[in-house]
Amino acid sequence: MSSKHVTSFKGITGWIDQRLPIFTLMQNEYGSFPTPRNFNYLWNFGAISLFMLLLMIGSGVVLAMHYTADTHLSFNSVERLMRDVNYGWLLRYMHMNGASMFFLAVYIHLFRGMYYGSYKEPRELLWILGVLILFLMIATAFMGYVLPWGQMSFWAATVITNLMSAIPLVGDPIVTWLWGGFSVDNPTLTRFYALHYLLPFVIFGVVFLHIAALHVCGSNNPLGIEPKSEKDTLPFHPYYTMKDTFGLCVFLMLYAVFIFWMPNALGHPDNSIPANPMMTPPHIVPEWYFLPFYAILRSFTIDIGIPFTHIVLISSKLGGVILMVTSIAVGFVLPWLDTSPVRSARFRPLYRIFFWVFVADSILLGYLGSQPPEGIYVIISQIAMAYYFAHFFLVIPLLSKYEKPLPVPKSIHEAIGSGA
Amino acid sequence: MRLILSLLATLVFALPAAAKEMHPHGPEGGWKHKGVFGSYDRGALQRGLLVYKQVCAACHALNLVAYRNLAMLGYSEDEIKTIAAEKRVKDGPNDQGEMFDRPARPSDPFVAPFANDQAARVANGGALPPDLSLIIKARHGGENYVYSLLTGFGETPPADMKILPGMNYNPYFPGGQIAMPPPLAADDLVSYSDGTKATKEQMAKDVVQFLAWAAEPHMEQRKRIGIRVMLFLLVLTGVFYAAKRQLWRDVH
Ligand code: HEC
Ligand code: HEM
Repeated sequence: MSSKHVTSFKGITGWIDQRLPIFTLMQNEYGSFPTPRNFNYLWNFGAISLFMLLLMIGSGVVLAMHYTADTHLSFNSVERLMRDVNYGWLLRYMHMNGASMFFLAVYIHLFRGMYYGSYKEPRELLWILGVLILFLMIATAFMGYVLPWGQMSFWAATVITNLMSAIPLVGDPIVTWLWGGFSVDNPTLTRFYALHYLLPFVIFGVVFLHIAALHVCGSNNPLGIEPKSEKDTLPFHPYYTMKDTFGLCVFLMLYAVFIFWMPNALGHPDNSIPANPMMTPPHIVPEWYFLPFYAILRSFTIDIGIPFTHIVLISSKLGGVILMVTSIAVGFVLPWLDTSPVRSARFRPLYRIFFWVFVADSILLGYLGSQPPEGIYVIISQIAMAYYFAHFFLVIPLLSKYEKPLPVPKSIHEAIGSGA
Repeated sequence: MRLILSLLATLVFALPAAAKEMHPHGPEGGWKHKGVFGSYDRGALQRGLLVYKQVCAACHALNLVAYRNLAMLGYSEDEIKTIAAEKRVKDGPNDQGEMFDRPARPSDPFVAPFANDQAARVANGGALPPDLSLIIKARHGGENYVYSLLTGFGETPPADMKILPGMNYNPYFPGGQIAMPPPLAADDLVSYSDGTKATKEQMAKDVVQFLAWAAEPHMEQRKRIGIRVMLFLLVLTGVFYAAKRQLWRDVH
């Protein structure tokens, strides 16, 4: 054997590791992996997100054993699971509220990255993979929500797939192709089911790359400076395995409150009514984690065309779709919009303020997404939407240029020693 | 900053709760089955079943509930057999290839009043009485809404509202006019065997609790397990917190 790898493990573990160094890999990546010693609790949300992904896959696989994808049977198959399968209600409420908790964790994880500049050199690709995961999660959760075939399932599917019709020329054929017919119907449901089963595993693959990229450049930290010596780091295990487990337990308690005491609080009552294509609900609203994007989608209310003609270049619908996709895709270019050499908002007095304004704006958009698109709400949505994009395309580039950052500490252990 | 984050989380979760209709309210004293430890009142469930069977079942189905589920209300097997046998269902085909009528069995779902939606509409002036299995989960306001709806008939409509033929004024129903005639228009529509006086409010309160059970039959088990899970997580959190403190003692 010409293998250069010599295992440090003994016995059976050593025999395996010599031939397939998974134990060495685990040891390097999760055991002794040098990790900045100054993480705060916001650094728990990566591990929590991964836990939630695995939990969604686990609960989903068992749900799938009881679920039937058929417009006449889906609603009742889910109810049968809730009523007649042992702990079926638990399984379903875990999955249903798990989606919300997954998004909550990922959103905190992502805002953490924005606050501490984790998307900057050398972590651009790591960040981009994260944005890709968010896109995949959105698609997965959207299709999952269609499966129980309640009123909101059906009408959300109708509204969202209809958006494709905004694409010029090929829009309508694309919608027909997506539906597998001329309206949202059985073929739509079965393909959504197939994709809902598939996509989480794709997410898992991208998460693997995301973590692989992380382990090449190492973690960022609240100071935003690279660790320079061993004094700045700790081995991942046991220090962070222990801290992450503690954080996860706290998170699970919040999750448990929803599962056991308010399992339907985050859902919509209309999804307890079987889908009825003949009856449109008075308000079609998505799940809370989509509300900001929904508000952006609806904020574009004019057709842009060639003046003095009837030629419409960008219909209000197409405009809304473009804005909505851009509002997430902007993440792909964020590393190049923010050219400030300082990562952490701790040393960026102005960025720090604008960061919180941006968070408030996103929450405002979420609120607006839950309201009917009428009267004053339309105008506020437009302002909030404009600010959302201004944050990325104006505020961040301008701050990169003109903000005077505070002095950055020389090393992590010095900063901790001096009580920063 | 942690504080701000937790505030934000609370805000985000509070948002979708907003409702719009005329404020529904519960009965005096609230609902016994709500709250962290709340459990169903068996007496109320049995009385509610009676109201459902003798009043609502003339128009509304309860498809997702089977007679056997009534064991949760405290009925014995024989009592359930008797309750089921009050109704007849179509079964078959038998060895002769014929469909036949038989009394309902505990394993059957509650027998629906109409053969299909169309028949239900014809009998109700074009309006469809919805299946009540999930009604408490399927309306904003849940129990309070259905209670208010049931007790909200009989008021005079505002002068500018024209009540259409076959419709009834009810300020809690979206639009203010409902095709359901007041189902609990008088006291004593049923006679309770436990001596409770069957006022309109009492019947409404009982049937709403019965329907809450029908929508969430496992609510008690859910909370019971929830409490155990919470205690377990609390201990686990404590243990990991202590371990983490111990481990990190020399690091800070
Ligand atoms: C005579 C037939 C009839 C009886 C008896 C009856 N209902 Fe109804 N119910 C209807 C009809 C018809 C509707 C549909 C009303 C509409 O859509 O305008 C309805 C609707 C409802 C609704 C839904 C309201 C909404 O928000 O959509 C509830 C809840 C309800 N009934 C509860 C009950 C209860 C509880 C009882 C027994 C105490 C009962 N009903 C008895 C005919 C009846
Ligand atoms: C990224 C991870 C996942 C997310 C975010 C997600 C999200 C969702 C959501 C929001 C629902 C609707 C819940 C409801 O209202 O009832 C749902 C339903 C469902 N999901 Fe998933 N899911 C994920 C993974 C999976 C996996 C891996 C499977 C199968 C292997 C699966 C199988 C199902 C089934 C069968 C349903 C229908 C039953 C039901 O509605 O409760 N899910 N999912």
